[in-house]
Amino acid sequence: MRTLEQTTQEVLDLASKHFNVPATSLAPDDDFFKKLGIDSLQTLEMLSRLENHFGIELPDYEVQGVSDFRTLASRIQSRL
Amino acid sequence: MLDLSKYQSIGAALKDALEEFANEVCLIEADREKEKERLTYRDFKERANPLAKAQQEAGFVAGDRASIIMTNQSKWLISAYAVFYAGGVLVPLDYKLTPDEKWQLLKHSGAKVLITEYPIWRQLSVAAGRAAANVGAVLVTEAPKNADLAGAQRWEEFRGSGEPTFVPRTRKDVACIVYSSGTGGRPKGCMMTHENYLEQCVALTSIYPFAPGVRYLSILPTNHAIDFMVGFFGPFICGAAVVHLRTLRPEYVREAFSKYKITYVSLVPLVLKNLQKGLQARFGELSPGKRKMFNAVIAVNKALTKSRPRLGLSRRLLKQVHEPFGGELRTIIVGGAFTEPQTLQFFYDLGIPVANGYGLTEAGTAITVNDLHPFRADTVGKPLPGMEVRIVNAGADGIGEVAVRSKTVMSGYLNEPELTAETIVDGWLMTGDLGRFDAAGHLQLFGRKKNMIVTEEGKNIYPEDIEAVFESLPVKEFCVFAANYIWPQRSLVGEQLLLALHLEPGQTYTEELRRDISARNSKLLNYKRIHGVVLFDEDFPRTASLKIKRNALAEQLAKLDRANAFLLL
Repeated sequence: MRTLEQTTQEVLDLASKHFNVPATSLAPDDDFFKKLGIDSLQTLEMLSRLENHFGIELPDYEVQGVSDFRTLASRIQSRL
Repeated sequence: MLDLSKYQSIGAALKDALEEFANEVCLIEADREKEKERLTYRDFKERANPLAKAQQEAGFVAGDRASIIMTNQSKWLISAYAVFYAGGVLVPLDYKLTPDEKWQLLKHSGAKVLITEYPIWRQLSVAAGRAAANVGAVLVTEAPKNADLAGAQRWEEFRGSGEPTFVPRTRKDVACIVYSSGTGGRPKGCMMTHENYLEQCVALTSIYPFAPGVRYLSILPTNHAIDFMVGFFGPFICGAAVVHLRTLRPEYVREAFSKYKITYVSLVPLVLKNLQKGLQARFGELSPGKRKMFNAVIAVNKALTKSRPRLGLSRRLLKQVHEPFGGELRTIIVGGAFTEPQTLQFFYDLGIPVANGYGLTEAGTAITVNDLHPFRADTVGKPLPGMEVRIVNAGADGIGEVAVRSKTVMSGYLNEPELTAETIVDGWLMTGDLGRFDAAGHLQLFGRKKNMIVTEEGKNIYPEDIEAVFESLPVKEFCVFAANYIWPQRSLVGEQLLLALHLEPGQTYTEELRRDISARNSKLLNYKRIHGVVLFDEDFPRTASLKIKRNALAEQLAKLDRANAFLLL
């Protein structure tokens, strides 16, 4: 079982790869809209990647109002 | 289509539609690759009537207000129908608002009943705002078996037996209270009458007809005026079908087009642009030879559709473009915000007409719509039948404020007689948007007169609504503005918000202060955030009661040079 820290790190790694941003420039409390320069649609795309990676289903409503990696990771963690 | 001139209310028209089209498919709901359910109009009635009956047994009477906060799905429409059947007033709210914003609007609207889905209720039930609102009954859909319902009842079990009593309403009665914008100090609840919807529906379906067999893909939130009209009332009174998706991931949305042979879809400009980018990327992958051929076919299509769309022809010519859209797409309706002409032209050239128009909640969805005869990417079309549109205080260039008079204009803002009187003057709705008619009678828009922005996602943002987050900022005073309100741009592209700051004597704009502003800014929903700061070194003009005179301050700020004064955050 992953810890929340591990999950968070995996979310950061995946986001950095998917959006081509250096992993070192991303931190758990960063606002991913701002940091990745993405809109809400691209966020939905990112969710699909995360679902495949973690092997879970993450309904859209789970991420409404979420804008930082740590909270996103905790939503994923609760479904692992 | 039912003859709406015979009807007094949305409820009465919908009730007859369920009889008239009993055997037609009414709703399809899909979750990812699975189709969850498919209802005929008869099935719809069988689901909705017990809900209406239970509401009546619980004491719900004519004029009572019921709110729906749900993502797009069958239960949204079933619940709304039950509210109208029982003579109620519907308060459709945006499921994307924060819990406290939702409670604030629930309180403001006076909603007695709330119908929502479990994941939303889980957040709402523990939010602080709950105490202040006066919602008596909460119905929750799809709650897990052993879930703590926190005082709510299960929607699925809230069923009465026997026929509910249909409660008639008149055309002038309020049908819905629709919030056109944010939630700050002054929520704007547009009181829309039954007549507003009946008239709007007649006007819109005259240009974009629905019929049995037509399938509308509902993506825009149903609380939004456009989806409520073209994703509920319009298709229902014509016997068409509405397709709901429980997830809006791009891959499933794409799949839905071909799987359900979609006829119409409404999108906000942001999504349309995204679709454009995706198609352009696909075209970019073609080999140079194929690309050349493809461009030649587009040129042929363009020439053949110059005066009007020819869907059959375009679908044959550009099969590879149309097939992923299901091959039956007639029009993409785009609304909620300004769409750039080049995006509209891009789709039209491919044989996919985009119906761009202009409207605002206060005017009952659409005021003008491009009728595609011929297609014009540079305008928002001509006024719909029944709309009187004029330009007020036009300058030498013919540009002035757009004013509208029609049976579709709201009766006013809830509990805001003064604001209503400022907005509807001698029967004319003053839109605050700047426009001009061209020789062909098409309306062109040139920016905004009012202090607000509309994002590409179709969100109306009023600067005063987001100031709370900057309270106690260590400066002398501050005020949020739409940048184009200060420096008019004659454009609706790339609208931005700014924070005007007056620092304390001797204070400077330090990195620490910038970080403080940035941290507060990030607490706002992403579409509400300010983009930059403007420093102003005089006291803000204020009224006798010490409120900032926003228009006077804007005039003073306008003397600054935008390029130098606007410091990006």
